[in-house]
Amino acid sequence: MIRFENVTKRLGRKIILNDVSFEINAGETFVIVGSSGAGKSVSLRHMVRLLTPDRGKVYVGEDVVSHAYGKDLERIRSRFGVLFQSAALLQWLSVGDNVGLPLREHTAMGDEEIDKLVIEKLELLGLEDAFEKHPADLSGGMQKRVGLARAIIMNPEIILYDEPTSGLDPVTSRTIDRLIDDLRKELGVTSVVVTHDLHSALAIGTRIGMIHAGKMVEIAEPEDFIKSDNEVVRGFLEAQYITKEGTWEKEGES
Amino acid sequence: MIGEAFAYIPLAFGKRTRHEVLFQMYTTGIKSLGVITIVALFIGMILALQTGLELRRFNQEVSIGTAVTVVMMREMGPFMTGLIIAASVGSAIAAQMGTMVVSEEIAALEIMSINPVRFLVTPRLIALIVMMPILTVYTNILGVVGGAVVGATQLGVAFNAYFDNAIRYADNKDLYVGLLKAMIFGVIITTVACHQGFGATEGAVGVGQATRRTVIISFLTILVVGYMVTRLFYS
Repeated sequence: MIRFENVTKRLGRKIILNDVSFEINAGETFVIVGSSGAGKSVSLRHMVRLLTPDRGKVYVGEDVVSHAYGKDLERIRSRFGVLFQSAALLQWLSVGDNVGLPLREHTAMGDEEIDKLVIEKLELLGLEDAFEKHPADLSGGMQKRVGLARAIIMNPEIILYDEPTSGLDPVTSRTIDRLIDDLRKELGVTSVVVTHDLHSALAIGTRIGMIHAGKMVEIAEPEDFIKSDNEVVRGFLEAQYITKEGTWEKEGES
Repeated sequence: MIGEAFAYIPLAFGKRTRHEVLFQMYTTGIKSLGVITIVALFIGMILALQTGLELRRFNQEVSIGTAVTVVMMREMGPFMTGLIIAASVGSAIAAQMGTMVVSEEIAALEIMSINPVRFLVTPRLIALIVMMPILTVYTNILGVVGGAVVGATQLGVAFNAYFDNAIRYADNKDLYVGLLKAMIFGVIITTVACHQGFGATEGAVGVGQATRRTVIISFLTILVVGYMVTRLFYS
């Protein structure tokens, strides 16, 4: 579905991605973990060409997104929904207008039809009372859910989540995790999640990839990931009190 | 960027974008009226007092009507309006665009295949191109009225004589050149503010720098371009 082929990216003097290659399969939730500044968000941004690699290519299906322009890029981007770390809601628009914005811009739907779809998505995310509110009136967790509602309003094939639980309390974080897992199961979307929260990664990921010093040092299913012998992975796991024998609760199994 | 914003102007009259254009015109125009009213009145009063005192030495104080009207229409009207709008509206545009860059709202628009220039810059460009001449006419009128008040109360020039003098010697060309300047200043303010805002980096500090640079660059550009337009039409 998404393929990185020998991608190298330098920002300023620092090499952020160094000859990175990996593939994300259709229908899976691929979680990219790593410490701050490791290149997780940079990888995510390459998938929708908010950044362009210095070397290498990024594929979305058969399309080379890293070299796409104009209408081609718009077509590829239309396959994605993105939840940004800050939710990135337009502050002067109401929640309803924020979520309905892609429909207003790209479809010939009337206002009533758009509002109906928006309310449907808001209900899916437990935000039925937020339609008239503005982003400033919402908590961080609610803003993220509104951002998620906007990301899925055009029914994308792929959803990218940039640090979806950062800055949220543990209870709200697990709610967001559950939503991500539900969306994969109910809508069949491919999800790519960037996070440094390993508990979240283990709960929702079908596979976990770890980036360290510009390299993808490990890709494994959660069960194998916690048993990894890779020193960097072990250090990262132990820093979050997860041992080889540790247990965690998988989303949907509780 | 500004060429692209001009290219999108025909698309800005659709039902959905029209609302945003009207909102920007309201923000630019109506919300600036308070400060413009005060500045315009006092500029007219200062002009009348300074020129009137000099003209009195030659018993020509009745000519302050002409002096104030011509100076307001040719230079001070568009110039003062430009400075006020650059400081208030231009800085606000730069701060808003900069904050949107920092909080990833511009990136979100790009992902949704919504062109930020069409969505954000074009409505503000139209608003400033339309509102700058209107505000300049308002500034001119208040400046002339301010001059008349000073003429009547401090220089002994009756209202009738003042306005008769003002209308008789003022030229249509003065008005048109002033309005042309106002439109050009509108383009300058939008261009500088959006360019600085979109280029903001490094969080709140970057937004602050973009705002500061917008005001400084707009002031200097308005000054230089104002002189060049004057030279083009009056040399």
